[in-house]
Amino acid sequence: MISFEHVTVRYDEAAEPILRDVHLTIDEGELALVVGTTGSGKSTLLRAINGLVPHFTGGHLQGRVVVGGRATAENLPRELADVVGVVSQDPLSGFVTDVVEDELAYSMEQVAVAPDIMRKRVEETLDLLSIAELRARPMRTLSGGQQQRVAIAAALTGHPRVLVLDEPTSALDPTGAEEVLAAITRLVHDLGVTVVIAEHRLERVVQYADLVLHVRSDGSVDTGDPATILAGADVAPPVIQLGRLCGWTPLPLSVRDARRQAAALRGQLATLTPPALTPDAAPNAVALRARNVVVRYGDVTAVREVSVDLHPGEVVALMGRNGSGKSSLLWALQGAGTRAAGSVDVAGTDPGRATPAAARALVGLVPQTAADLLYLSTVEGECRQADLDAGLAPGSTRALLDDLVPGIDGGQHPRDLSEGQRLSLALVVQLSASPSIVLLDEPTRGLDYGAKDHLAQVLRGLADDGRTVVVATHDVEFVAAAAERVVVMAEGEVVADGPTAEVVIASPTFAPQVARILFPEPWLTVPQVAAALAHARATAP
Amino acid sequence: MSRRRAWSLPRPLHPGAWWIWALGLATAASRTTNPLLLILVVVVAGVVVSARRGDAPWSTGFRAYLMMGLLVIAIRVGFRMLLDGQHGTHVLFTLPHLPLPEAVRGIQIGGPVSAEGLLAALYDGMRLAALLICVGAANVLANPKRLLKSMPGALHEVGVALTVALTFAPQLVESGKRVHRARRLRGEQKRRLRLVEQVLIPVMTDALDRSLALAAAMDSRGYGRVGLVARRTRVLTGLLVLVGLLGLCVGSYGLLDTTAPRPLGLPILAIGLASAGAGFLLGGRRVQRTRYRPDPWRIPEWCVSASGVAVAAVLFVTASIDPDALNPSLQPLQWPALPVVPALGILLGLLPAWVAPPVRSSRPAPSRPPATAAADHGRHPPAARQNEIHPPSPDAPSPDARPLAAQTAPPPVATPR
Repeated sequence: MISFEHVTVRYDEAAEPILRDVHLTIDEGELALVVGTTGSGKSTLLRAINGLVPHFTGGHLQGRVVVGGRATAENLPRELADVVGVVSQDPLSGFVTDVVEDELAYSMEQVAVAPDIMRKRVEETLDLLSIAELRARPMRTLSGGQQQRVAIAAALTGHPRVLVLDEPTSALDPTGAEEVLAAITRLVHDLGVTVVIAEHRLERVVQYADLVLHVRSDGSVDTGDPATILAGADVAPPVIQLGRLCGWTPLPLSVRDARRQAAALRGQLATLTPPALTPDAAPNAVALRARNVVVRYGDVTAVREVSVDLHPGEVVALMGRNGSGKSSLLWALQGAGTRAAGSVDVAGTDPGRATPAAARALVGLVPQTAADLLYLSTVEGECRQADLDAGLAPGSTRALLDDLVPGIDGGQHPRDLSEGQRLSLALVVQLSASPSIVLLDEPTRGLDYGAKDHLAQVLRGLADDGRTVVVATHDVEFVAAAAERVVVMAEGEVVADGPTAEVVIASPTFAPQVARILFPEPWLTVPQVAAALAHARATAP
Repeated sequence: MSRRRAWSLPRPLHPGAWWIWALGLATAASRTTNPLLLILVVVVAGVVVSARRGDAPWSTGFRAYLMMGLLVIAIRVGFRMLLDGQHGTHVLFTLPHLPLPEAVRGIQIGGPVSAEGLLAALYDGMRLAALLICVGAANVLANPKRLLKSMPGALHEVGVALTVALTFAPQLVESGKRVHRARRLRGEQKRRLRLVEQVLIPVMTDALDRSLALAAAMDSRGYGRVGLVARRTRVLTGLLVLVGLLGLCVGSYGLLDTTAPRPLGLPILAIGLASAGAGFLLGGRRVQRTRYRPDPWRIPEWCVSASGVAVAAVLFVTASIDPDALNPSLQPLQWPALPVVPALGILLGLLPAWVAPPVRSSRPAPSRPPATAAADHGRHPPAARQNEIHPPSPDAPSPDARPLAAQTAPPPVATPR
């Protein structure tokens, strides 16, 4: 269905090609998963399928890409619209119309499908993705998962034989991601659509894949069946990492496969206790005390009488569905967001009443789009400005940045940094005011496994220095690795609050893969298991 | 089902009909300064809006148009008081007079304010406000984007560009708000220059990113497919349309300007019309595109637009027969009377409140019993079961929000009925 013949792609300003001699075939009805680290060329590979690379993005493509018998060299992306459907990472930015039904019809209108067929297909597609109730809804009122499904539906109505999805679940909560993935697998199995999908959170998709394309950092691509490729890939979900650690063959791809092989491991671990993330540091000290915080927008109550105490030296994960009030709570705690009622107390001061500069020295917040904080044209300039604002000695912020992520070129534009580097820069800018409490809103979006591990280490380091860190996130694996306490919100209220292991292990949505595999033993991450096994081996006679 | 009921089924009315109706009302309003008639026009617009607007985002702005109308009146009266209040004999009060140099003798700031001057400003402001509210009513009743969709095929590209621009404005406001909020997180410097840097640059980069993403999406979805049309035909179409539009402009100028030479009027207009028409026809033929569920033009559309035209016509006729009734006298001052014929004419504009089909709610019908819904869902293959059983109202904070139990509970089981 899709074939790449010795394809090399080089962008004009880049020294090295982003894809190097890619030679592969994806057959009809296969679900191909594209994996690789951030910036490795996953998106380039996807966009080459319908010719957006190089027709739209520029650059030079050598070799030949053929989709459904048509070469992208001779066909512009718009001419391939009846063969390839594309769903972008942020569906909202790709919507042309404002009502679900019209959006579904848009592609068909462009390729001149007869009105009666169009009508029929819209109805079929609405049912196929179970979005019939949303048909007359304006796009902006949909949740993330619903938007993603509408975008898929809109790509499908033209009956393309290939569907290309770039990180379809990255912004979604676990349940929303399930909905989208269920829809995608249904397309593959029931309709025989060929699906190519790029995803960072492999734990969500790897078990559905027929084929894995691993884009290496040098631009070459390995193709093969998932277990073989992932055994040696530089990105791997926890289930694979655990399989590699224990030397299981064949390598398990799903929790179910792993559980079958894990009986011996469970027995071995039953005798050991998982190490606590941190020894409790003065549990009675309170860094931030919030009482009955209420946030309202018009007649919508986003946060409903939330009371919470944050202690110094802890990393707290704030979890919950999209729209459960996590962000609103963080903004209210920082003082920059609205607060209709309740009190927040940080060292005797209410950050909501303090001046922005003073509030910033009490509580630092890195917003969901970290780039909003940055406005200068160089990394160096941002660091200097941060020094100036906080009254630090010149170079302090830059030194802090080098501590967190060494080797960022100071002359680079912040927008040219990788997702992880940009996040670090925003974090460092906020840390320059030396707040005792650091809040991060969805920091793991777009980060690969390596970057996430690094972020977890950085946050643990901040906590070890006595700061309090709160992370709002959907990423259960990240929570398991980084946080010792989890607060779960639903409809603006706190529904669970306790140590990570207690809150997540029994939860069907929030349990990390390792916990699911080793249930009922209370283990959360692969490094935990590895450390315990190594320790046991060392102490054994 | 009888024929009458078939066309009155809930559906959105053709946006063109709403616009004709609203422009008819607006034309009527522009013919009169009688405050009673103007109030009547606004009331008519308000009644129809409240009877026939939907619950979509663009339908909620009528109150804003009313406020804007009040603002227009306030500004008009305020300026009149300040600048030019002294016409007439009934002086109400005197504002402090600001002496100006001899060079600007024509302008006077402050001084006595007369009842006649104030009323004239008030009537004039009310007329402007009524015009604004009529246009607002059209905006609230008809989705502006659907109107663009009804444009002829040759103008499709222009229509899409306008549609995208319409979406873009609210997005720009949104990202502006977001960045402004983020600014506070960095301590919010007082220096004004920074404001430009801190808000404008992130918003602009955001906007550029978004437009690139949209362009890529539209390209992938087939926007601008030319199909098998020869280049020559495309050029010819463009040329015809361009010449046609030019002809229309020059022709209408010639027609309206009485001093212009005769041939500049009707003949040029006719040529322009013909050329544009040919362009549209040719363009429409080359367009390899179809339309999904075009809005039909049926009896209700005829009735709605006719009622608008009728209102305008009645006021035009009375304006030429009995102009005094439409423009109440200020010298001498007297209470405005409500002339019967124009008032009845304006009341014709109420017709759409009944003849326009009711709008379909974008919310799912609440009457659907949950048991049926669950059974429906149960019939789908397992993959489909994850979905909302009770879709929440669109104004809830998270449309995806369900009780936590719904996430963990097993999917609903099909119950045979």
